[in-house]
Amino acid sequence: MGLGGSCAGWLMQAPCWLGGDFSLSEDTQQQIIRETFHLVSKRDENVCNFLEGGLLIGGSDNKLIYRHYATLYFVFCVDSSESELGILDLIQVFVETLDKCFENVCELDLIFHVDKVHNILAEMVMGGMVLETNMNEIVTQIDAQNKLEKSETFIFQSPRQDR
Amino acid sequence: MALKMVKGSIDRMFDKNLQDLVRGIRNHKEDEAKYISQCIDEIKQELKQDNIAVKANAVCKLTYLQMLGYDISWAAFNIIEVMSASKFTFKRIGYLAASQCFHEGTDVIMLTTNQIRKDLSSPNQYDTGVALTGLSCFVTPDLARDLANDIMTLMSHTKPYIRKKAVLIMYKVFLKYPESLRPAFPRLKEKLEDPDPGVQSAAVNVICELARRNPKNYLSLAPLFFKLMTSSTNNWVLIKIIKLFGALTPLEPRLGKKLIEPLTNLIHSTSAMSLLYECVNTVIAVLISLSSGMPNHSASIQLCVQKLRILIEDSDQNLKYLGLLAMSKILKTHPKSVQSHKDLILQCLDDKDESIRLRALDLLYGMVSKKNLMEIVKKLMIHVDKAEGTTYRDELLTKIIDICSQSNYQYITNFEWYISILVELTRLEGTRHGHLIAAQMLDVAIRVKAIRKFAVSQMAMLLDNAHLIASNTQRNGICEVLYAAAWICGEFSEHLEESNQTLEAMLRPKVTTLPGHIQAVYVQNMVKLYASILQQKEQSGEKEAAQEITQLMVDRLPQFVQSADLEVQERASCILQLIKYIQKLQIKEVPVAEEVIALFAGELNPVAPKAQKKVPVPEGLDLDAWINAPPSDSESEDEKPKTIFHDEEQRHSRHRQPEIDEEELARRREVRKQEQANNPFYIKSSPSPQKQYQDTPGVEHIPVVQIDLSVPLKVPGMPMSDQYVKLEEERRHKQKLEKDKKKKKQKKEKKGKHRRHNSLHTESDEDIAPAQHVDIITEEMPENALPSDEDDKDPNDPYKALDIDLDKPLADSEKLPVQRHRNAENLKSPDTEAPLVGKKSKKPKKKEKKHKEKEREKEKKKEKEKKVTEEGKKGEDLDFWLSTAPPPSSITQTQSEPEGSTVLAEPEENEDAKKEEQEEDNDEGKKSSKHRKKKHKKEKEEKSKDKKKSKKKHHHSEEEPAESVQNGTLDDEPLPPMSSYCLLAENSYVKMTYDIQGNLQNDSQVTVSVIFENKSASFLKSMELNVLDSLNAKMLRPEGSSVHDGIPVPFQLPPGISNEAQFVFTLQSIVMAQKLKGTLSFIVKNDEGSTHEKLDFKLHFSCASYLITTPCYSDAFAKLLESGDLHMSSIKVDGISISFQHLLAKICFYHHFSVVERVDSCASMYSRSIQGHHVCLLVKKGENSVSVDGKCNDSTLLSNLLDEMKETLSKC
Repeated sequence: MGLGGSCAGWLMQAPCWLGGDFSLSEDTQQQIIRETFHLVSKRDENVCNFLEGGLLIGGSDNKLIYRHYATLYFVFCVDSSESELGILDLIQVFVETLDKCFENVCELDLIFHVDKVHNILAEMVMGGMVLETNMNEIVTQIDAQNKLEKSETFIFQSPRQDR
Repeated sequence: MALKMVKGSIDRMFDKNLQDLVRGIRNHKEDEAKYISQCIDEIKQELKQDNIAVKANAVCKLTYLQMLGYDISWAAFNIIEVMSASKFTFKRIGYLAASQCFHEGTDVIMLTTNQIRKDLSSPNQYDTGVALTGLSCFVTPDLARDLANDIMTLMSHTKPYIRKKAVLIMYKVFLKYPESLRPAFPRLKEKLEDPDPGVQSAAVNVICELARRNPKNYLSLAPLFFKLMTSSTNNWVLIKIIKLFGALTPLEPRLGKKLIEPLTNLIHSTSAMSLLYECVNTVIAVLISLSSGMPNHSASIQLCVQKLRILIEDSDQNLKYLGLLAMSKILKTHPKSVQSHKDLILQCLDDKDESIRLRALDLLYGMVSKKNLMEIVKKLMIHVDKAEGTTYRDELLTKIIDICSQSNYQYITNFEWYISILVELTRLEGTRHGHLIAAQMLDVAIRVKAIRKFAVSQMAMLLDNAHLIASNTQRNGICEVLYAAAWICGEFSEHLEESNQTLEAMLRPKVTTLPGHIQAVYVQNMVKLYASILQQKEQSGEKEAAQEITQLMVDRLPQFVQSADLEVQERASCILQLIKYIQKLQIKEVPVAEEVIALFAGELNPVAPKAQKKVPVPEGLDLDAWINAPPSDSESEDEKPKTIFHDEEQRHSRHRQPEIDEEELARRREVRKQEQANNPFYIKSSPSPQKQYQDTPGVEHIPVVQIDLSVPLKVPGMPMSDQYVKLEEERRHKQKLEKDKKKKKQKKEKKGKHRRHNSLHTESDEDIAPAQHVDIITEEMPENALPSDEDDKDPNDPYKALDIDLDKPLADSEKLPVQRHRNAENLKSPDTEAPLVGKKSKKPKKKEKKHKEKEREKEKKKEKEKKVTEEGKKGEDLDFWLSTAPPPSSITQTQSEPEGSTVLAEPEENEDAKKEEQEEDNDEGKKSSKHRKKKHKKEKEEKSKDKKKSKKKHHHSEEEPAESVQNGTLDDEPLPPMSSYCLLAENSYVKMTYDIQGNLQNDSQVTVSVIFENKSASFLKSMELNVLDSLNAKMLRPEGSSVHDGIPVPFQLPPGISNEAQFVFTLQSIVMAQKLKGTLSFIVKNDEGSTHEKLDFKLHFSCASYLITTPCYSDAFAKLLESGDLHMSSIKVDGISISFQHLLAKICFYHHFSVVERVDSCASMYSRSIQGHHVCLLVKKGENSVSVDGKCNDSTLLSNLLDEMKETLSKC
């Protein structure tokens, strides 16, 4: 279980859970988000990006690793089988991929297109384990899927316009 | 007109997509909950539409709501519908929703098996990909079992995109279905050398994850990984492998030796910090594993420490943090090399980042020596003063105590200093760790006899200033130290200088505000103090003073007698009576002191925490044997004679002690001393001073450094530990001078023979003699203490199941379950099922032969081995591969490791298997491509591993396409929506629906989930649900409430909102259905005011609600049927029109059964009741009828269940 809790990325005002490896009730999930946000947001800019595991995220083997971009925090929760610096790189790859897929990503893109963010993340992390770290490969797959989706959308939208 | 409206509303609803929802929520910040509940209602409407696009859109919105924390499990069935859409767009939405909200408890999940299987074999790679991604999040043991073989096939898919996902998901499958690990492992291993880097990385990932939990099973892969490490350029893969090696080296030191060189090279060459860091980490692990065996690796250690120093000095906080983290690992084995960087680490204590400070603190723990302890603690004390926020300060406090007390106070040279540090720490406001300080005070005072006098004086001071400590309620945590102070002053009262003053301090009225347990100690110890004062006064003949002190006690004790705390009250009243008695005697001028002091005679020795457990059973004593004749069987059932006996004896010995007369005591003391003198576990360097004999040499031998104690004593709370640092330096200096003198003498005598040695010999730890004659009494252990118990491993570890020997050949029972046509022919002839097994089973023989040959060849090999590996031949076995390490140790090791030969044959074995697999894969590949050309539908189905069989199968299915309906289905017709919730009651305000679930943990409880829906425009509050309990079924109410009390519903309902509450019922018998009458009372509040309303309902517990869906394997099922202790009954229902598959789904869903096996239109099903009744069904479908034969432990339950089923079926 590479990323013990996998990934929760979120925005200053609208924290959102981007899925992970454990199945948690909605309440626990929200509680974790709140507490993590509380922990992370009060940290200074100049401190290290690791936070040692609290009880909520599953014990001492787990760490929170985060990166801060303007109004966005991307937080990963990982266990000791992952390299800390590697995960920081992974977050960078994630953000750059978002940037490519959304063409200059901004906070609102992520707020309004959570489903797309999910799909991009699904190409990088699967069931809590790192799947792909090569950005070009990820972007290629995402583009191909979008193309496929577009061709289908055309078919199913046309009858509705006829109505 | 109506039609138009409907159409319009459909369009409007359809128009609200995810973006609109998000926008809407952002625009309704004030009444978000209300807005969302409206949206959920809309979504519910949308889900009722037939249009799949509308449904998908609804599910998409639900997924978003789920992320906001709303429960969407009620839509699980709709999610499955969207998952089974043919278009990728919708499928992706469905799988995303499923991955977010499905979990092992989701009951509809079993309906997905066939859909997922279909998607896995879809010609569109993205359908497959999306199914794999989804499955990785919600795979259950059932899904893992059913789909393992499909996923394994995908591991050899032509597209790398699918391969890598299939490889990765196998880890999840292993976790849920450990039996699949061995059959799948050869292929997984093969993927380590996949041409696609992504697939390779995934395989490395999975194996590393497996190996991390059970490293020993993966040692044989070391050569392969070693090859990968030296050839791969992918940093991700490298990091993983290097981390894996870190886990393997502790098991195989030879591996470590082999690794050091390439790792050092990597450290020198790489520019990636992440890789560098992991390399350093693994080198450290290697060094740790080698630390005993290998003489010299100082170069590697130096390299590591040097690199880490660079990391720590870096301005990047992340590197700094990791550097400290790795440093702490080196510290454990090579403390000296870290200690030279003390400056750097002390610097980190000033860092503004708390994580870094904490890491630095951890390091300090291991860095202290006798020499620098005072200095380090002084630094920490400064930080304690500066620290803001109690958490970090508390952390500092515990660290100080940890550092000082580690390994039996090894590094403390001056205990007076330590006591003053502890006293200083009591000035901390609001700390939680008062009890820690207290424990240390007690421990030190008890175990370091020489310090008692000083400790007592300090504690007396603390007691005197108790008002400072206890005044503030915030300081509550710290008042624990008074507990220790009172006890020490009482127990060692002979050392007290101004006992009267201390006694007065303990009797102050303020004391009654302290917590009860502290007061109790106060009360008990003031008597000890009183006794010693009494003795003093009597000895010096001051009768009046003695009477005065008694009077003081009699006057002040009543305040404790009134205490609300039971313990305090009891002790106080007991003691008050005693003192009054003493007073009477004193008036009669009878000397009492001796007798009073005898109350507290005897010394307390520290006993090790586990001492009792470790008392060995003396030879010849059989604890299980009866001492008396055993009582008759009928009585003995409940008794535990052993423990009773044990307890009683302990109690006796304690109670008797005070009654024993002085002589006897003295005699016993002598005996004990004798024993102790002969006991190697009882370390003591001086005869223990007994209390009664205060003039024994015990006090004299305390060579207390001459300090002016008056200063710290008179100014309480002033830091004074500092002066010890100075004094200590002076003392050491003196010592050194003295030593030097001695040395000079020696030198003169020995004439420079040892000159060089002496000049090199600077002040080391060993030279520093402690200030006091420190006799740290070790905790007492019984004679011949048993070796300590091993720490038990956690039996619940989920990874334990994966501790599987991967090198053994596969047995036929281990094949993955392959979904196949259940032709009668197949079932009857098991032989045809296992040609593969035949092939495999030949292997062991082969292996045996090889094994013998190998032994013979071993000698030869040893000579050749160097050459061979240099030639670059692939290492055939681990030993062989490893033995290229430096020659001297390798020879001895290969000989000394008999288990090496078991490892020996495996890689080859695996290779054989691999080749075979490859052949098969090729075949399969060809075949499937052929099929694809023909566009055969059958291609989607399972490919069996066995070539012949799969050919046969394909023939079959071509000839008889009608037979291809399998367990679950291939027909595309979706299942009708089902809900287990049924209506409970309804009126114009509220609608209640409910569902009953058995409770797995408790065999007589069921949970009733009730959904309350507010239908009105008013606010519903103060809802209370009450039922009339029957003899058999009762609602579980909170403790203390009567059977007539209702249970409040834990929420209020705004208009249009619904919410779910759960109630637990206990049942005695579950063989019959139950009905309970009940009422819901609530207050309706709207603009016009509020009214009280009621709604009556009848809660129906069907027998099916006592069943818990439990999977059952067919062999277990068969055994169950054969066992013969089941009752049988059957029903038949006519006029069934729905398909068999739907029928089964209904029975599964509504009656909580699971399908064990299905052959054509006949299926066996199984379920279990909460009280453990087994229920087996055989369902057969005729042309228009269905017959159900049931077997169950309880005939009543069975007939009731069948009746219920009849009702369900007749509705079909």
